[in-house]
Amino acid sequence: MKQERIAVEFAGISMKTPVMGASGTFGFGIEYSDFLDIDTIGAIISKGITPLPRAGNDGVRVAETPSGMLNCIGLENPGVDAFKRDILPQLSRHDTPLIVNISAGTAEEYGELASKLNVDGVAALEVNISCPNVKEGGIVFGTRPEAAADVTRHVKDASHKPVIVKLSPNVTDITVMAKAVEAAGADAISLINTLTGMAVDIHTWKPLLGNITGGLSGPAVKPVALRMVWQTARAVQIPVLGVGGIASWQDAVEFMLAGASAVAVGAYNFVNPKAVAEIAAGMDQYCEEKGIGHISDIIGKIND
Amino acid sequence: MRHTLKQFLEDAKIVIHEAIIPTVWRMVFYAPQIAGAARPGQFVNVQKTGGQTFLRRPFGIVDADTAAGTVTIIYRVVGVGTREMAGMQCGDIISVEGPLGKGTFTTAPGRVLLAGGGVGLAPLIFLAKQLKDPIVLVAGKTASETFWTTFFESYAHTLYVTTDDGSRGQKGFAVQALPVILRENQIDRISVCGPTVMMRTIADTAASYGIACEVSMEKRMACGIGVCLGCTFEGKRSGKRYKVCSDGPVFPAREVF
Repeated sequence: MKQERIAVEFAGISMKTPVMGASGTFGFGIEYSDFLDIDTIGAIISKGITPLPRAGNDGVRVAETPSGMLNCIGLENPGVDAFKRDILPQLSRHDTPLIVNISAGTAEEYGELASKLNVDGVAALEVNISCPNVKEGGIVFGTRPEAAADVTRHVKDASHKPVIVKLSPNVTDITVMAKAVEAAGADAISLINTLTGMAVDIHTWKPLLGNITGGLSGPAVKPVALRMVWQTARAVQIPVLGVGGIASWQDAVEFMLAGASAVAVGAYNFVNPKAVAEIAAGMDQYCEEKGIGHISDIIGKIND
Repeated sequence: MRHTLKQFLEDAKIVIHEAIIPTVWRMVFYAPQIAGAARPGQFVNVQKTGGQTFLRRPFGIVDADTAAGTVTIIYRVVGVGTREMAGMQCGDIISVEGPLGKGTFTTAPGRVLLAGGGVGLAPLIFLAKQLKDPIVLVAGKTASETFWTTFFESYAHTLYVTTDDGSRGQKGFAVQALPVILRENQIDRISVCGPTVMMRTIADTAASYGIACEVSMEKRMACGIGVCLGCTFEGKRSGKRYKVCSDGPVFPAREVF
């Protein structure tokens, strides 16, 4: 396999492939080391990290739905200090970029969190302004352009790392949000986070999820994600990381044709723990068969 | 017990697939890497490729035959995924991820009581095979749900049975058989897998007798490898955050109840 053909630079980070493990579905990468060589993948995007430890939501947190799943984990994580002390050193043995996903309750806290992550071993930050499962922070920032821009500015001011802002699909016009964070200095945009959804047990008449509503992910959301990536890539100059329902190399190629400069695999990692590696291999093969010199040549080349 | 064990993803050919009773099936598939690594208490995450379900389904390992390279599971047909599985034939390929779980059953020597109810008895069969003459308590709603005894007969020193309706063995719940079992046997520790109420009542009784107890937990999970955090809980004594799938599924009862 001629790997140089799919090596990319995204938001200033060199990656061996354009395929990453998406936040919340890829742990800290090392959990997958029995299934794939994590030194050969594009990047690891960590589980969302918050200023303090969080236990997450009570009750049932995951439910299968047609071609996908709902979750309401609620940002369970050990907090930034434990992350730096216990997890980051384990990842330093690997030479795959680690993008740390961050979440906080106020714009100021986002900034403080970002400054704590100006350390070796962190390649970039992905700013989560789109978690649908927590009361404060999260989606409050993801649905209001001024608030999203404010968070982006605080993180940019505090961080020495490239800043990727992850947008929520639960908005009327995604391009308004994208332009707001671009103007505030974001180096890149990732989208989409989960779509808000729910499911009901018809025997108990109770919601399937403890939190009643949750975030929908998996192949069910792919057409929505693809549409939003297409709209966003046309609206901004900064690179777009396409996420949402990717389950095959064909899906990944679709996202790149629609304008994504790189992609991340989410819920499908749960189904095929080798997906991130296999999808990259499939994209390389696609370039070979189509006579495409470099995978970046197809970015945004949809004939629309 | 904790192990750093390797996990595998195998396309496994089904070699035996039979209904034990109409709603409970036994499947044996050829997955030599998983068979070679499996320990009692661990589980596999399986999927029928091209089926209607999105996520894999977790099942406790009933047996792992290293020589034959086969793994056995026993499952109850309860929903779309297990209904689809029940329609699979010998020779079909099923995708299997495992063995999963670093918290496994204790296999150290001693006189051990294995107590299980319903499909929770499945992983205890694997444990029974590795222990020396365990005492086994099979609990079921009614006699037709106690077919599990046949799987324990060749390993168990003594078999006890309870049914809710008294149609076989002692009438009542599993925990009600404990005083007799503990009087008739010198039990060093108890391993339990079954409905939560059964595990809790047995764990409470074990604690009152000062007997060590471990339980195999079940919680809704998406990944099975410790990344989705769907199945976490807080340890009762340690306050530590545990993942049922990767830190368990077997835990000391005092951390759960």
